[in-house]
Amino acid sequence: MDLLAQVLAWFANPGHWQGADGIPTRMLEHVEASGLSVAVAAALALPLGLAVGHTGRGAFLVGSIANLGRALPSFALLLMLIPIAVNLRLDFSTWPILGAMVLLAIPPMLTNAYAGMRAVDRDLVEAARGMGMSGLQVLVRLELPLAVPVLMTGIRLAAVQVVATYTLGAVAGGGGLGRYIYDGFATQDTARMVAGATLVALLAIATDVALGGLARLAAPRGLTVGRPRALPAGEPGTV
Amino acid sequence: MPGEPLIRWSWVADHPAEIGGALGQHLLLTVLAVLGGLAISLPLAVVAHRYRRTEAPITWVAGVIYTIPSLALFVLLIPVTGLSILTSEIGLVGYTLLILVRNTLAGLDGVPPDVLEAADAMGLTRFQRLVRVELPIAVPVIVAGIRIATVTTVGLVTVTALIGQGGLGQLMLTGFINLFPTEIYVGALLSVVLAVAADAGLLLLQRALTPWARVHGAGA
Amino acid sequence: MRGNTLRGTALSPTDAGTSPRSRRAATVALEHVSKRFGDHVEDQPAVDDLDLFIPAGATCVLVGPSGCGKTTTLRMVNRLIEPSGGRILIDGEPIAGRDPTELRRGIGYVIQQVGLFPHQTIAENVEVVPRLLGWPAARRRERVEELLRLVGLDPARHLRRYPAELSGGERQRVGVARALAADPPLLLMDEPFGAVDPIVRARLQEELLRLQRELGKTILFVTHDIDEAILMGDLVAVMRQGGTLAQFAPPAELLAHPASDFVARFVGADRALKRLTLRRVGELAPAPVTIAVAGEPLGAARARGGPGAPGHLLLVDHEGRALGWVDARGLPDDRPADPTTARPPAPLLEAETTLRDALSILLDAAGSPGIVVDDTGRPTGLLTVEAITAALQDGNGPGGTGEDAPPPAGSRPTGG
Ligand SMILES: Nc1ncnc2c1ncn2[C@@H]1O[C@H](COP(=O)(O)OP(=O)(O)O)[C@@H](O)[C@H]1O
Ligand SMILES: [Mg+2]
Repeated sequence: MDLLAQVLAWFANPGHWQGADGIPTRMLEHVEASGLSVAVAAALALPLGLAVGHTGRGAFLVGSIANLGRALPSFALLLMLIPIAVNLRLDFSTWPILGAMVLLAIPPMLTNAYAGMRAVDRDLVEAARGMGMSGLQVLVRLELPLAVPVLMTGIRLAAVQVVATYTLGAVAGGGGLGRYIYDGFATQDTARMVAGATLVALLAIATDVALGGLARLAAPRGLTVGRPRALPAGEPGTV
Repeated sequence: MPGEPLIRWSWVADHPAEIGGALGQHLLLTVLAVLGGLAISLPLAVVAHRYRRTEAPITWVAGVIYTIPSLALFVLLIPVTGLSILTSEIGLVGYTLLILVRNTLAGLDGVPPDVLEAADAMGLTRFQRLVRVELPIAVPVIVAGIRIATVTTVGLVTVTALIGQGGLGQLMLTGFINLFPTEIYVGALLSVVLAVAADAGLLLLQRALTPWARVHGAGA
Repeated sequence: MRGNTLRGTALSPTDAGTSPRSRRAATVALEHVSKRFGDHVEDQPAVDDLDLFIPAGATCVLVGPSGCGKTTTLRMVNRLIEPSGGRILIDGEPIAGRDPTELRRGIGYVIQQVGLFPHQTIAENVEVVPRLLGWPAARRRERVEELLRLVGLDPARHLRRYPAELSGGERQRVGVARALAADPPLLLMDEPFGAVDPIVRARLQEELLRLQRELGKTILFVTHDIDEAILMGDLVAVMRQGGTLAQFAPPAELLAHPASDFVARFVGADRALKRLTLRRVGELAPAPVTIAVAGEPLGAARARGGPGAPGHLLLVDHEGRALGWVDARGLPDDRPADPTTARPPAPLLEAETTLRDALSILLDAAGSPGIVVDDTGRPTGLLTVEAITAALQDGNGPGGTGEDAPPPAGSRPTGG
């Protein structure tokens, strides 16, 4: 319990709460980078996923991206982008990690946007068309509201994954809470390292909980969606 | 490093042992994690299935572990288990739990009620019913979970290099430290290949294990 | 109690002596059995103070509207449900004291959804209980083949298939084979034919009756279909909402003397017609008919018919099979009986035909009497609508035909 005391002492040290390496600054860096990455990825993935789900065309593409996203580790992606950034003479402590975060946030949002649309009962769509709704009206008034819960799940999964990935960015000299872990490791300052890991874990859990709550608020009333339970392998799904 | 090709094939040709060793380590870490995950998840899922009240706490704990970023989880374990293979395996096993428990549970829940009734009525004990009927029928869903868990683990194992456990992540990390892209790309490529191959291999295994799941008959 | 023999069908002699035909049967007694789901006293019981005794080898059908407690009753017999009160005895022994799994291995169980194990082949499905009982592999294999043949499936075709590859009717046959696997003295069947189409259901019902004639098991059979109850049961227990017994009687008695308005309504306004399903053509003494063998002089046939022989003769071939009617009025005695002038021999009624079907056939035939033939196709006499309605009026159950006159010997063909 020696370590616990050290970690608590680390948190209690007012010096750790201010300046460029202070907890608020690192936390803000982490949240900002994560939020930016999710926003960029959402702008790319959601329209594509919705379009594929609505038209039913391009499902193979969605499945392939999902599988690639699952098979390509975030750490590998980060390291792979570093030589490219170096070749392009970009700052390799910033761009590779942001690139990795955006790329990794795309598959979960893409597949869930698609899955959410496909999960809308085709009979309902038929009925809506039968009542004279146009394709766009069906999308906006029927499919989109019904797809919201699954879509939100995708955003949540992407956000949690992005928060985790940004932690790895410290390896390449990036900022955020990962710095505590990496620097603590390098200087054998276990308390700092564990404090950083704790902060990262809490941030990830908080992200998960917050976006879960947001999803519940965003879901149309009267729509109770059971949590997806079994994950089918080899198909675009919610991971 | 500018001007250096992403993959220098001559290096690849010159270092088969180094590459093969990293690949082997990676595979070993993955297999241990998935087997360990199964050893814990199967009983947990059976308990959650049998005693429904335990389902929420079990999946909640597995869910929290799953949410914690991998590097953070490894680091939180270091004070307890040190920079050892045990640290990485505990972390990796932890990540498999949510997927494996959830899918095993779904597989068990998916056993048709008439089949359970018939099993009881024929005088199978609870244990016989579980082992001879419920688990075999759940195999396709369980293997689907194993496939996802395996692919996820292959990715997570790259991170264990940061706590000194070798594998393809170590190859990539060395490449980064030496500013030598070839090692990064060979490691990344092989980890994708490993994930895809493991996924396909498990699919074949599942087909072999469940010949009955492929037949579609005359009846309903 | 063995209504099947009363229906005039003999035990079939196939493969007698092997284990499936061991004719082991158990008695079942329910004494003041009740079942209440939930703890509240105000809850209506699912089964209320039920008393039943089923003699060994009888088929007892539990019938009643949906939700009246039939399934609950059945499931208490193999202890899938424990009674809240009363006791159940098999062969005089209370089942409450027995180990449930051991008890169940000795009771066959067939349900509507069959419940075949999807991951096992048909052979593996059928041998579940023998395997639990530790039979050696060779004996199990032999038993499986024997059982599949018994339920009308070809072992060579079906042994290695999976349930998903079978039709609904085939699956239900496998379900029956599986229930019979360890030769249990008692069979519980819960709407076993409820999920198959009417044509397959009728065939499966007939086959179960045939099987039961061979096996002589005690069967507790649940259905909500009164026609099925009357067809299958030696005894019928009519239950009503709240799990009470409305009447417990052989089907004929149920139809002739319903104990209450509820039973009368439940069996339906066509009670009289339903009674006809309980009886078969072979049980009635056919009216005599004068027979002429093709080619013989008409005089010879008239002589056999005796004085007052009708003008119409039933022409048969040398094997004794009906060829048709010949109008012999005004023809001389030395004229040979000529098949080319004969009207077709219709309608033909087999001994196994139920009187209900026979009546329908005769009404269709617009007044022509039915020609009753035995299983080789030889005429034994005639049956008319009037004879059937007479049987209906006198009949307070199968057995009394009201036509005590023996079939006239002279009506049998001599030739062939
Ligand atoms: N497991 C149970 N829990 C609570 N009530 C039940 C249960 N099983 C049956 N019941 C109730 O008991 C009554 C009889 O059911 P059941 O025996 O299935 O009827 P039947 O087979 O005649 O249609 C019904 O009212 C049903 O709702
Ligand atoms: Mg029922």
